[in-house]
Order: sequence, then C-alpha cells, then structure tokens
Amino acid sequence: MHSAIQQADQIFVALQHRVAGYLPVKFQSIADVILSVIAIVLVFAFLFAVTTVLERKGLGRIQNRYGPNRVGPAGFFQPLADGVKSLTKEDLVPRAADQAVHFMAPVLLVIAAFLAYAVLPVGRNMVLADLNAGVLFFFAVGTLVELAVFMAGWSSRNKYSLLGAMRAIAQMISYEVPLVLASIVVIMAAGSLSTVSIVNMQTGYSGIWPHWFVLTPWGFAGFNLFMIAATAESNRSPFDLPEGESEIIAGYYIEYSGFKFALFFLGEYLGMFATSGLAITLFLGGWAAPFSFLTWIPSYLWFFAKLLLMIAIFIWIRGTLPRLRMDQLMNFAWQFMLPMTLINVFAAGVWHFMPGGVIRWLVCAVLLIVPAVLLSRGLKQGKKFEARTYRFAE
Amino acid sequence: MFGEGILKGLAETARNFLGSYVSKKRLTTVQYPEERLPQIEAYRNFPFLVYDGEDWQQGLRCVSCFICEKECPPKCIFIEKSTDKKPDAVGKPQFYPTVFNIDVSVCMSCQICVEVCPFDAIKMDTDFELSTDNRFSGLLWDKKHLAKSNEHYHKIHPTEAAVVDAQLAAERAKVAAKAKAAAEAKPAAAPATPPPVPAATEK
Repeated sequence: MHSAIQQADQIFVALQHRVAGYLPVKFQSIADVILSVIAIVLVFAFLFAVTTVLERKGLGRIQNRYGPNRVGPAGFFQPLADGVKSLTKEDLVPRAADQAVHFMAPVLLVIAAFLAYAVLPVGRNMVLADLNAGVLFFFAVGTLVELAVFMAGWSSRNKYSLLGAMRAIAQMISYEVPLVLASIVVIMAAGSLSTVSIVNMQTGYSGIWPHWFVLTPWGFAGFNLFMIAATAESNRSPFDLPEGESEIIAGYYIEYSGFKFALFFLGEYLGMFATSGLAITLFLGGWAAPFSFLTWIPSYLWFFAKLLLMIAIFIWIRGTLPRLRMDQLMNFAWQFMLPMTLINVFAAGVWHFMPGGVIRWLVCAVLLIVPAVLLSRGLKQGKKFEARTYRFAE
Repeated sequence: MFGEGILKGLAETARNFLGSYVSKKRLTTVQYPEERLPQIEAYRNFPFLVYDGEDWQQGLRCVSCFICEKECPPKCIFIEKSTDKKPDAVGKPQFYPTVFNIDVSVCMSCQICVEVCPFDAIKMDTDFELSTDNRFSGLLWDKKHLAKSNEHYHKIHPTEAAVVDAQLAAERAKVAAKAKAAAEAKPAAAPATPPPVPAATEK
C-alpha cells in the first residue's frame, strides 16, 4: 500500500498514539483507551444530532413537505435548538415514581448503548477493545437496554409506560433470538467471535469483488433477517409498538421530560447505530471497500458511509411502513423469523461442507427460498377473514 | 408474492422523496412568514370598533349600550359608559364608551357581539398575528387599540361594509328628513338647537 494512503488511513490511530505519547509510559495505555472513548462519544453523539435532522427532513420529503428548514443553513442547526430546548425544560418526576430507578433508567440506557461501540471496528486498527468474544459482548450489553427500558416503564408508575415497557420487553426478547441466530452464520463462517477477525475475513477480493458475507446466499438471507430483527430491537417503525404515539403516547418514557427524554432518544438512536454497525461488521465487510480499486479511500470513511446508508434505509422504511399489531409482531417473530434463521444456519453449514461452485450456490439458494415462500404462504393462509357479526350493534 | 406490497410502498415513498426535490407542485407547504395564502373574504378572527372620519375618538360608532357585553359568551368585553353625550354615526346625541376593553386571550371569535350590535359599531377583523410578549396588558386591548377606521373595514370585508354603509346612509337620510320636517313644522319656534350635524363623513 502506498505510504500516503496508509498515513491517511491510520491518521486517527497515529494521532491517538501521538497524544498519549506525551504522557509517562505508565499512563499511556489508559490514555489510549480514554482518547478512544472520547472519540466514540463525540462522533456518535454528533451522528445522532445529524441523524435527527436528516430523519426529519427525509420523512418530510417522503410526505411531500419541507421538514425543518429554519435554524441555520437549510435547518441543519435544528439539533442545537432541540438540545437547548430539552436542557432548559423542567425535569418532572411523578410523585409516585420510584425516584432512584426513574433517574437511573435513562443513564443505564445510554451507557448500555455506548458500551456496544467498544467492539465495533470503525476502521483498520480502530477498535476500542478487540475482545475474543466481541459479538457475544455486543449482545450481552444489548440486553442491558431491555433492563433500562423496563426500569423506565416500571418506575414511572403510569399505565401507559408499563404497557409500553411490557410490549418492549416482549418484543425485544422475541427478536433477540432471531437477531443472534442470524449472526451465528457469520460466526460459523469466520470461526471466531472477535469482530476484528470477522472483518479481516472479509477484506480480500476476487477480481474486483469483495469477500463480504452478504454476497453469499446464507449471508444475504442472514443480513435481511438480521436487519429485520435489528429494526425490532431498536424499536423502530414498523416495529415501534412500545412507543406507539397514537396508542400509548410514548410508551415507557411517557413520564420523562427535558434532558432525560433526550437521553432516551439518544439511547435509542445509539442502539440503532450500534446494531447497524454490527450488521456492517458481520455482513457488509466492516471498513473494507466495496471494490478492490477503491481501497485507497480511508477505511473509517467506508465504515461511516455504510452506516449512513443503513440509517437512510431505516428512515426510508420508517417513512413507508405502518405499525404492526402486537399479534402480527409476535407471529412474525416466532413463525417466520425463528424458522428462517434456523434454516439459514443449516444452509450455512451445507455451504461450508460443499465444494465451491455454481451447485453450492443453487443448493443454498433453494434451501432458503423454498422455506421462505412456504412460510410466508403459511402465514397468509392462517388468516381467514370472515364477515364479522356484531351482536349489539345490529 | 411475499414482500411485494412492501416494495411497492418503498417505491412510492422514494418517488415522493425524489419528486419533492424536482417539482415544486408536490410541496403543498406555504413558507408562512415569507409567503402567505390570499385570505378569503369571509375570514374573521377578532372584533374591532369601527369609527367614521378622521378622529377615532369622535367617530366611534359605539354608543355604550352594553348589549355586546351582556351577550358575550366568555364575557371578554368590559365597557364603561360616559356621563355626557355626543352625536353618533346617525346624528343623534348618544352616550359613548369611556372604557371599552376586550380580552384577547378570552375572546373565542364567535362574532356574537357583531351579530347583536344595533349600531354596526363592532365588526370582525382579519388580523390573526396577535401574539405579544406581555401576557397582561398586551392581551387586554383598550378602546384605542380596538378602534379601526371604516376604510379598514372596507378593505378587509368590502361586500359586508358596503351593505352596512348603505344602511347607515339610509338611516341618516331618514333622520335628516325628519329633522327637516320638524324644522319646517316649527319655523317660528326659537332658533333652538340646529339639527345635529352628522359627525360622520358620508362615504
């Protein structure tokens, strides 16, 4: 690799070591970690601010209106105005609320969301902690979000918030299963739980084409299943039942105001970025360039380009699909997602033990498409629409 | 097939998203403070007191009859009657309001005060930008704030104002004729007071 390109690629790593180098040797390793943490917190909080305004503008355009366009150039300083507003608002706590838990819930949510970034490689050599069990760590701290959500719903002492929390727990636990099962195929292929080595597996090229896992039948299916489950995990539309504005107002964070409300918002978006980041790491080659002739662009730029693309898709989906009903949500999780992810694990195994070639592709594709069609047909036939008779209304 | 509806929906939203950048026709939003939609004539928002002529204090049509104050459902009108009289729009000497306050924050724009006013003294305005940084005195409008000229009335509700003016002119003519007849019937009587000159300028 050309040295200038390499320098551009490693500029942040070099900067980190340069800054840490000013300290005595004893403190250098801890300074490295602290600098990484600061970078993660700043970058992803900034991304959150940008995403809120992009989302509002995108949704506006989808609905044929302008969206925010008043604060700053084209409305891009809107997050600043929102931040000032939420900071200056009164922080209301219900008298009947469990004060301590009520306070801790948003803090825990944000901490859990930020913890997940520790194992995301955002560029070459740019990972806070290269854990042996990085993927496992990610899912482990991901479950903390559920705890925070239930703490918020329970401690508020409000029927709506409790309902929202119950929905959130049911939904998140149901979708955690397909989420983990969908990522197992990658762990099978990579033979490692470390996010760094998973990305390293995908950095090669055949001709100009990358070795991303999404470019295999099981990887493609796994990616789609993972993204559906990730949408449900991050409580995004169309799976936003826990906070359905039209039904239970804001769900588990109904009793939060001011900055705590903003923290919930932040935590939710950070969770979305983190799961998107994991999807990129597992299936879309992490920081690897999509074509071999584009490797001169720094790796972190590729990661964030992919992340922004995922965010755009999330916004697009949110602007398109209506909210599911609770039974539809559960049926989808247990009757479609779970069998499909299990079949996908089987397909990945078949792929692993078959010799390379077109036949392997065909067998795996058939293994996945046929069950998908059959399962969706089965889901459809399960619903029999009958003319409803109303006993009292007629 | 499964997923077909989702793809269709995604295509539709993508078309909206891109289309809103291409064709202005898609965007129905009016950028309010800079752009405004033309107001329809029947639009009404908050009452004002009509005055004729140049001087708002002299030309105020209100005779302080308290009907609007009594009829006002949310009771947002407060009137104090004068002790002396001055000629009204038609020409008869009448009382006038020394105080006429309307509370903007209480008024519900029902137009009942306008309906009941026998003197066409109170009408509905179209100004809707009533916000103020003083929630006490800024929202309690006094006589001076409420008084607006007949010309203003003509500008905002031309059709209605023309009808009102015609009625007032007819009444004035009737009063003038009566006064003339009375003057002719008793020509010998003392010069007495001349029939009061209509304070209003005919429009």
